[in-house]
Amino acid sequence: MTQIELRGVQKYFGAVQVIKDLNLKIDDNEFIVLLGQSGCGKTTTLRAIAGLETIDGGDILIDGKPVQHLKAADRDIAMVFQSFSLYPHMSVYENIAFPLRATRKSKAEIDQEVRSVAKTLQISDLLAKKPSALSGGDMQRVAIGRALVRRPKAMLMDEPIGALDAKLREEMRAEIKRLHIKQGSTSIYVTHDQIEAMSLADRIVIMHEGVLQQVGSPDEVYSHPANLFVAQFVGSPVMNVADASVTEKATAASVTVGEAASGFEFPRALLSKLNGHASGKLALGIRPEGVIVRREAADGFLPVEAQIVEPLGSFDIVDLKVGSQMLRARTKSGFISGPGVKVFARIDPAQTHFFDKASGKSLGVRL
Amino acid sequence: MAAVTTSTERSLNKLAIVLVLIITMIFLAPIYWIASTAFKPRNLATTIPPTVIFQPEISPFVKLFTKRSQLRTAPTPEQYAAAPWWERLVFDGGEKVVRSGRGEVQWSGYPSRFMNSLIVAITSTVLAVGMGTFTAYGFSRFKVKGEADLLFFILSTRMLPPVVVAIPMFLMYRAVGLNDTHWGLIILYTAFNLSFSVWLMKGFMDEIPKEYEEAALVDGYTRMEAFFKIVLPEAATGIAATAVFCFITAWNEYAFALIMTNRRAQTAPPFIPSQVGSGLPDWTVIAAGTFLFLLPVAIFTFLLRNHLLRGMSFGAIRK
Repeated sequence: MTQIELRGVQKYFGAVQVIKDLNLKIDDNEFIVLLGQSGCGKTTTLRAIAGLETIDGGDILIDGKPVQHLKAADRDIAMVFQSFSLYPHMSVYENIAFPLRATRKSKAEIDQEVRSVAKTLQISDLLAKKPSALSGGDMQRVAIGRALVRRPKAMLMDEPIGALDAKLREEMRAEIKRLHIKQGSTSIYVTHDQIEAMSLADRIVIMHEGVLQQVGSPDEVYSHPANLFVAQFVGSPVMNVADASVTEKATAASVTVGEAASGFEFPRALLSKLNGHASGKLALGIRPEGVIVRREAADGFLPVEAQIVEPLGSFDIVDLKVGSQMLRARTKSGFISGPGVKVFARIDPAQTHFFDKASGKSLGVRL
Repeated sequence: MAAVTTSTERSLNKLAIVLVLIITMIFLAPIYWIASTAFKPRNLATTIPPTVIFQPEISPFVKLFTKRSQLRTAPTPEQYAAAPWWERLVFDGGEKVVRSGRGEVQWSGYPSRFMNSLIVAITSTVLAVGMGTFTAYGFSRFKVKGEADLLFFILSTRMLPPVVVAIPMFLMYRAVGLNDTHWGLIILYTAFNLSFSVWLMKGFMDEIPKEYEEAALVDGYTRMEAFFKIVLPEAATGIAATAVFCFITAWNEYAFALIMTNRRAQTAPPFIPSQVGSGLPDWTVIAAGTFLFLLPVAIFTFLLRNHLLRGMSFGAIRK
């Protein structure tokens, strides 16, 4: 049972505040991913939990006890670094045994635990090798083994697969997930890669400039982003964001994007849900899969022109010009033959997000 | 196309090999000169042109280690027959080994000077490298207020020729009783080498990723344990390279050893040239002393050669 809680954590590097009043509660066995651009404070947060950075305010609690005054060694936490940080002068066996030696366990116990971890990670045949003789993936496995062997209260991982190539990264991602399900320890994982975050996390914590933006399950942050930053950071291809104005029509609401001649049709309920938000301050967000494209004219579809077609194998991403605005749509591959083709598009009200343009906050409209 | 070597490249390679051979010969020539003179009979040591082929003998070494005086009369056949083989070599050179009243062989000053050199050089190297390593670690890993100024200050101690301060040092040493003591020279050489050691070690420490220690800290070790178990083994290359340079400086230092010591703590460098023999200069004895004096550095460097080669390419290879 390990719970980690951050209460009002503040951290400064000189005059720059890198963590601003961070509050977060992590449950036992939960896999949390801290996601954000580089420099957003996610690694500093992780290092503060590990005890490698001091904090300038707030509390870090492990199982309800404040640990911010404890040394890293006394927090019973394991960490996997981006550079793996395997000790080059020690064999794989010695690397994995190293944390156990600090606990003054007997040689036989250490041996048994090292071999058991090596078996779990399928690195038993590498035990005699030096880290320099290992491939990137194997180094990663050894680094994870070194972290797991002590059965720590929590596992912290700082972009552990960031240094690997794309294919290996995918494999290791699955392996980390498998291990977490098997071993079930509270884990905090730092990455800037939203695909990694989506695929691994129980909950994603999105940070920007030291401020927590949103905490939620991958589905929540994808489907209901709390603000424009989250909306555009999570998801690939990126969500379309456009200035929008809403007008009332006889049977429906009309949403005009980018000063286009005519607007997209929305249910009337939109007007009441927008709760009087002035039209000029609205930003509309729609993911490419929420832009529906047809070749023939139909009710509610506006004529648009394809500008760029990006074939991505299983689907295409097409840039459509709507008024002065570009909307990216996801279509079947080859659906639009090339730039200049005239097609018809509408946006799916159920997948549309509305944000306050000034604050960037989501208005929480769900249709 | 990299595998294909053109004829121009081949001849360039050959030229490079020839150049390396020539340079090696230039560097080895004085060593050969000393080594060969150390094994020459006295009368062949100063011939012009130099004698290259000769029957090597070890009489210079016997003379180096013993106290001798000129023979006024040739030894009697009984005396000659009774003498051990090495004493006969001295007789052959027209000298005799000085013995005490009880007949014990009197040693020359060389062994004790050699010992002094070892004591002073090893201790000062250990101190300079040890303190340098700790200091460099501190500068490399922690935020030190005025770090740049402090490092410059440390370096500035090397900005004047050390011998400039010889006279004031001599007076100070005399006042505190450090003249002609091992500790006197050890402190002096440690001080000379420390700035060099700090700077060199800082370069090596900076190259060791700090994640290694952080991993150890998270793994349950204190910073001190992490330093000894992780940083020191990783810094071995740097320590070896620094130690070799510090040892060579302390081992070869001449001016201060000459000024600050005269008997008890005198090291080999000022002693060797004083052994010009009883009577005419005996270059073979000087060469023998120099030859033996070269050995510890050569052995030390040879033992650490792998580390030194790694040290020279340090930082060039992505880890």
